[in-house]
Amino acid sequence: MTGQAVIELKDVWAGYESDRVLEAVNFRMEAGDYVGLIGPNGGGKTTLIKVILGLIKPERGSVQVMGVSPEKGRHFIGYVPQIQPGDKAFPIKVWDVVSMGRLKPHLLQNLHLSDSDKNIVERSLRQMDILDLAKRSINELSGGQRQRVTIARALAAEPKILMLDEPTSSVDSRSSSQMYDLLAELNQSISILLISHDLTAISTYVKTIGCVNRRLVYSGQKEITSEMLGTAYECPVDLVAHGLPHRVLPSHQEENDHD
Amino acid sequence: MTMIDTIQNIFAYDFMRNALFASLLVGVVSGLVGTLVVLNRIVFLGGGIAHAAYGGIGLAYYFGQDPMLGAILFSILSALGMGVVHLRTKTRSDTLIGVMWSIGMAVGIIFVSLTPGFKADLMSYLFGSLLAVSGADLQLMALVALLVIVFVLLFYRSLLAISFDETFSTVRNLPVAALYLMMLVMIGLTVVVAMRVVGLIMVIAMLTIPPATANLFLKDMKGMMLLSVGLSWLFSGVGLVLSFTLNLQAGSVIILVAALSYLAAAAYKKLSVHPKP
Repeated sequence: MTGQAVIELKDVWAGYESDRVLEAVNFRMEAGDYVGLIGPNGGGKTTLIKVILGLIKPERGSVQVMGVSPEKGRHFIGYVPQIQPGDKAFPIKVWDVVSMGRLKPHLLQNLHLSDSDKNIVERSLRQMDILDLAKRSINELSGGQRQRVTIARALAAEPKILMLDEPTSSVDSRSSSQMYDLLAELNQSISILLISHDLTAISTYVKTIGCVNRRLVYSGQKEITSEMLGTAYECPVDLVAHGLPHRVLPSHQEENDHD
Repeated sequence: MTMIDTIQNIFAYDFMRNALFASLLVGVVSGLVGTLVVLNRIVFLGGGIAHAAYGGIGLAYYFGQDPMLGAILFSILSALGMGVVHLRTKTRSDTLIGVMWSIGMAVGIIFVSLTPGFKADLMSYLFGSLLAVSGADLQLMALVALLVIVFVLLFYRSLLAISFDETFSTVRNLPVAALYLMMLVMIGLTVVVAMRVVGLIMVIAMLTIPPATANLFLKDMKGMMLLSVGLSWLFSGVGLVLSFTLNLQAGSVIILVAALSYLAAAAYKKLSVHPKP
């Protein structure tokens, strides 16, 4: 606990009207971390993301991003939303999507893209290996290519934290493993928070795992603890049923070679 | 007599020239704003604003004021009202738009019926009266066209961003609410001037058909906006000439020309993508 906290939640309670989704959530992420949070659908993953991004205010507790409020700190976050099938119809080119990473808070600063902004957009496209797709319409892309576009847009914001929501939902297994290799590379300079219901996909790559289901269990380890499996949260039980990869079992700590 | 002669004869009339200028100005406005309406999927909201505006027309008429003034006031107020509801609830506010839609019409009809005297010209707000466009109308259209052009030129990148991904724009700390409300005010003004051409009942068609047609062939917002303006001009021009030669109501003919062109374009697109074996 010596590093600087990039995201810190203290006793956060949040939800919508009468429906409380998160209870007493404590979470601390430090620079350089690569955290995977798993949880069942409806377990509060999306609410947690919205709380960190300052899109909804918690009823109780405090949220800090890079040591300040989410509204002030969220521009440090490269947000990679889940790809919605409905977005497909929107007529827009890859370059214009990724340029959105360079949006500034004042409308008149966004008149046009400066040369240095263009360089950053180009670099982000190259980083995700999709520079050749820049002039293509996003409607023509595969799920894996679209995912890369969304990550490139987040990278164009030059983030300190990359936050991904269900990154493999519309991606086949080959391009998803390529994407995780890229994320591991990016983690050398950027902290990563990955949120998914798919434990199998993320457990191989992340450094530490936590679990969200109303409450959040996170101890900064890469193990599914008995607490996570505890009946109080019934957290990854349905995930375990689909086949828990043995890498995350406590007896296989020697495989934690990402640390 | 050639077609060019016919067209020359048609536009020898002052009222036909005014109608043409009005079509050109409204084409610019509805092409630009209509693209935003279609891409933001707020077509129903556009219809709501148009019908709410009728309340303002009725009230202004009752109190002896210029109906256009009432229309502008009501359409801007209803646009802002619906915008605030959208931003607060973050859900599709279909029901509320429907309610506002009906209240506007009801208020308008009641005050119009309370007003004594001859009121045939009130029909023109419902169905349009392109051939009765006045110099003052043209000035208002030119002003709105100028406002909309400046708005789109200044904020194009930001408008594209909030249309494509509102959440990401918020995370980048773009003033999403302010921009969204400005966009709705532009829609309100567009509705008022488009009402002169096709009437408030058909305003939705004027806003959506050209961008929808453009979207069949173009895959970026800038292109869609420019082609929508061109298509609006084409549909209005052809509709205007047809309505004159066939002696039919101009607004309706323009909408039918637009709708048939859209259907033809959509069919052509479908056939060219899946050619017959």
